[in-house]
Amino acid sequence: MLSSITQAPVEAHSHNRWEPYVDNGGTSLAIAGADFVIIAADTRQSDGYSINTRYDPKAFELSNKTVIATTGYAADAKRLVEVMEQKAQSYFHKHERVMSTPAMAQLLSNTLYYKRFFPYYVFPILAGLDSQGKGAVFTYDPVGNMERTVYVACGSASALVQPFLDNQVGFANQRAADPNRLLDRETARKIAIDAFTGATERDIYTGDWLEIFTIDQTGVHREKRELKRD
Amino acid sequence: MNRFVEQLAANDVAELGMPGSLLAGPTAAMAGPTGHGLSFELAAGNNPAEFAQHFIDAKSEKDSLIKIAHGTTTLAFKFREGVMVATDSRATSGNVIASQTVKKVIEINPYLLGTMAGGAADCSFWERVLGMECRLHELRNKKRISVAAASKLLANLVYRYKGMGLSMGTMVAGWDEKGPGLYYVDSDGQRLANDIFSVGSGSTFAYGVLDSHYRYDMDIEEARDVARRAIYHATHRDAYSGGVVRMYLVQRDGWVPYPLEDVGDLYYQYHPEVQLTNRTESPLTVVPA
Repeated sequence: MLSSITQAPVEAHSHNRWEPYVDNGGTSLAIAGADFVIIAADTRQSDGYSINTRYDPKAFELSNKTVIATTGYAADAKRLVEVMEQKAQSYFHKHERVMSTPAMAQLLSNTLYYKRFFPYYVFPILAGLDSQGKGAVFTYDPVGNMERTVYVACGSASALVQPFLDNQVGFANQRAADPNRLLDRETARKIAIDAFTGATERDIYTGDWLEIFTIDQTGVHREKRELKRD
Repeated sequence: MNRFVEQLAANDVAELGMPGSLLAGPTAAMAGPTGHGLSFELAAGNNPAEFAQHFIDAKSEKDSLIKIAHGTTTLAFKFREGVMVATDSRATSGNVIASQTVKKVIEINPYLLGTMAGGAADCSFWERVLGMECRLHELRNKKRISVAAASKLLANLVYRYKGMGLSMGTMVAGWDEKGPGLYYVDSDGQRLANDIFSVGSGSTFAYGVLDSHYRYDMDIEEARDVARRAIYHATHRDAYSGGVVRMYLVQRDGWVPYPLEDVGDLYYQYHPEVQLTNRTESPLTVVPA
């Protein structure tokens, strides 16, 4: 009798399992030069057709020579950046020097892989200067596969932006061009801005504000620009 | 339930420290289930491994949110002069080409190579752990680890995680006291020794070329040609393979890399009958004279 009262109707749980991830959209890119690196991201945060906020920064300084930008699930991204900031701070106080960008890159890869069985749903890029002072860009998949590249685009408009960068920064399959040529700072900055105006025009998850970080010998320089808000 | 899960069942979300963890918490001293001080954070719930696999697609076969970079042609074979190792360089994530410049030959140490097929992060992470284990073996035993032992370390390492969704198909190639060594190791725990292996989505095409042209008695140039042809033809027929041919030769003194060869250029080499229309305007590489 009691059991018939307390027993709630049992539903099959297969269709309402816990969904731990949301794609909040957003786009990021990075371009390396001989003695600088540019890393930029928009600030829109969306959920489906709704815009949650027009200003949720995706790019953060981890040190005075390394910046991380993340797209994907904003909550996981926020946590990942917190973890990386803590590790960078801790390293700084423990060793009394700033962690190098390649070391930070490997640390990020390991940090992602230690959640291999419950991943952060993020697509991070890391930019900074390497030990020779050259621009370095590192790209990742959500579980920490890492590759050093010269330029990259990540996030909701990556399929729009990456081919543009392949053409304008990598000179891919262009016979007359030297594929190893690096851009100068002003050209790289203009290409970054154009990439985002283009992405904002055609990707509903990209827009509102653009934050551009330029990293060189003197440190990290941040610039905030407007993008279209429609 | 999975052994790994049971070991961590005490704390649902078990954040354990890695060696030298900068986030060393109260649990940091606990040895991880690998015996390497490594351990992994899991989702809350009864079967976190099964749960997480629902969201992860390592093989482009599901429409999952998290698409792991993968897709490959890799090969290695023993021949008279040593072991030839060759790979393509494409990484695919869903149907997007994530990269055309991947390093799928992992330099474990100056005389051991691993190749990358399956989940890129799984291969590079565990072969990095393997590199550490091989160095420890050297320090403990005052001699280099054999290829057989190294490959078995890797197989044992990943076997602990069987059923958790790791995806790794690798060849361990090297040189030890017994001469050239070549083993295949995968995330199911399989470990095989043989003279020829090819792994990845393009392996069937590569095997076709290898089986028809391979001889043990080849010289280095012949071996390079067979390896190059096998990778090239795999990139030609397998959409998940492409980029450049990356080749290494392992000999007594360790491995040496060869210059990269773009498969776009090789096309005109292997199909001399192909004539470029609009030759002067084509953005592609010109036919070698």
